[in-house]
Amino acid sequence: MTTGQQFDAIVVGAGPAGSSAALAMARAGLRVALIERGEYAGAKNVSGAALYAPGLLAELLPNYWEEAPVERFLTRRVISLLGQESALSIDFRTDHFAQPPYNGFTILRPKFDRWLADKAQQAGASLITSTVVDDVLYERDQVAGVLCRREQGELYAPVVIAADGANSFLAKKAGLQGEFKAGEMTLGIKEVLRLDAHTIEERFNLTNDQGVATEYVGFATGNVKGGAFLYTNRDTLSIGLVTQIASLAQQRVKPYELLDRFKQHPAVAPLVRDSVPIEYSAHMIPEGGWAMLPKLSRGGLLVVGDAAGFVFAAGIFLEGMNFAIASGLAAAATAQEAHSQGDFSTASMARYRQQLEKSFVLQDLKRFRRAPAFLNNERLLHMYPELLCQAAENVFRSDGRPRRKLGRTIYSTMRGKVALRTLLRDGWQAARALFF
Amino acid sequence: MQPIEERLELVRFKVDKTPHIRVNSEACKDCDTTACVYVCPAGLFELLGGEMHFSYEHCFECGTCYVACDRKAIEWNYPRGGWGVSFRAS
Ligand SMILES: Cc1cc2nc3c(=O)[nH]c(=O)nc-3n(C[C@H](O)[C@H](O)[C@H](O)COP(=O)(O)OP(=O)(O)OC[C@H]3O[C@@H](n4cnc5c(N)ncnc54)[C@H](O)[C@@H]3O)c2cc1C
Repeated sequence: MTTGQQFDAIVVGAGPAGSSAALAMARAGLRVALIERGEYAGAKNVSGAALYAPGLLAELLPNYWEEAPVERFLTRRVISLLGQESALSIDFRTDHFAQPPYNGFTILRPKFDRWLADKAQQAGASLITSTVVDDVLYERDQVAGVLCRREQGELYAPVVIAADGANSFLAKKAGLQGEFKAGEMTLGIKEVLRLDAHTIEERFNLTNDQGVATEYVGFATGNVKGGAFLYTNRDTLSIGLVTQIASLAQQRVKPYELLDRFKQHPAVAPLVRDSVPIEYSAHMIPEGGWAMLPKLSRGGLLVVGDAAGFVFAAGIFLEGMNFAIASGLAAAATAQEAHSQGDFSTASMARYRQQLEKSFVLQDLKRFRRAPAFLNNERLLHMYPELLCQAAENVFRSDGRPRRKLGRTIYSTMRGKVALRTLLRDGWQAARALFF
Repeated sequence: MQPIEERLELVRFKVDKTPHIRVNSEACKDCDTTACVYVCPAGLFELLGGEMHFSYEHCFECGTCYVACDRKAIEWNYPRGGWGVSFRAS
């Protein structure tokens, strides 16, 4: 046991990963410190934000959606391919997603994160806000605490959970994560637009507290690799872009200019008409997936959530909060086990990864490991949506001239724009990345 | 297009006296990509007369600039606890 030990576990970062871990460990009777650099939990955090698999938290917080700051239950999902001036969409809705534990709901992070951190605190965790952790402390070769940026900032515990998000300096300092590359990180920017609840429901064809999440690919981000989203909250809309950092730099365009253009797209402008921007925000997302996963633990240290790169990004999917929660809970279980055995060694901490391998966290990332490379395909993001929109336009055009059969219409749209071989190769890549 | 300044006015920043990010503008002198100028979501980098200018006050603390910079010219850190950006509605 460490000398000067103050806590049984220290969690750095009060996002969904850290607060879930702290809550679970506090419930299990451990003395937990939850350290957050923001003046409140959520102050630094940005998501779309659609929280999927909300049932994950319900084991610790039964029916929490009745009291938590939840915006709208997602019963409608739309995927929209944008051409320069047109859109071709798949619009899915089901009431099956309208019952507890729900399939997903929209949230606003400054409110939701604060609520969740409070839950951890109510369970007995010590929530320490306005405090930056600058380093990890070691005892022999094992992590034994953290160094906070303040006088006498050493805090000790036999297990530290790094839940410090996308930049994770802790994982880097502990030698688990290397330097990031601009091709595997994306920048997310977002605007929250005020619009009254009634107008939202009318405009988006929603009843009561139901909501819609729309993902856009194609012209949404101009020539930059990425996509866009539009989610309904109670009386606001969340609209934003996710753009690959290397691609932004290469195309020499500013993300907020792309957002302006996106908002003016004929398929988007009517949806945001008369709304009033109330906040603009930005955050980085580790979208490299399976290929960029760091080492997940060492003696006395576990890495969870975005800090570990647990983001499932595959065009029509952008999920990180549910991965953060699930990994936070797995880390809490590992920490509890370590406490009951009095063993915080590398071998003991390695149980965390084994647990994740059994859960969707590592299974999904592994199964969809080809998705990041597939999303890097220039044609996929820009040429095909445009061509599909043109094909749709040609199919639907009624101009008093004899109509050709659909196959010919589509073929003539594609001809000369993309070689059949390329099309087949991309189709094969798509199939391997997402379908089979 | 909406000027970035207008967007930033919507955001709450508690600005510390000392900057949390330093840019080694010597290293920027012959940089031909100037990635930071494009990628920063707050538009905080500006190349003026061959000199890189950076202001930290309206920083979102996202980290995009140091990831994009291939010269390693950006010495990046978080502001002091409780300082910097505080999102309220996002
Ligand atoms: C624009 C955008 C849209 C997104 N949309 C979605 C979506 O719709 N659905 C979804 O599931 N995911 C979405 N994501 C991804 C999601 O936001 C992340 O996966 C999720 O926030 C990860 O949670 P986390 O707890 O691991 O990290 P974070 O939420 O980033 O939390 C990390 C916490 O650690 C604190 N911290 C960091 N360093 C320190 C330090 N040194 N000392 C003290 N505290 C520190 C931070 O202040 C923060 O509170 C989106 C991301 C973006 C940017």
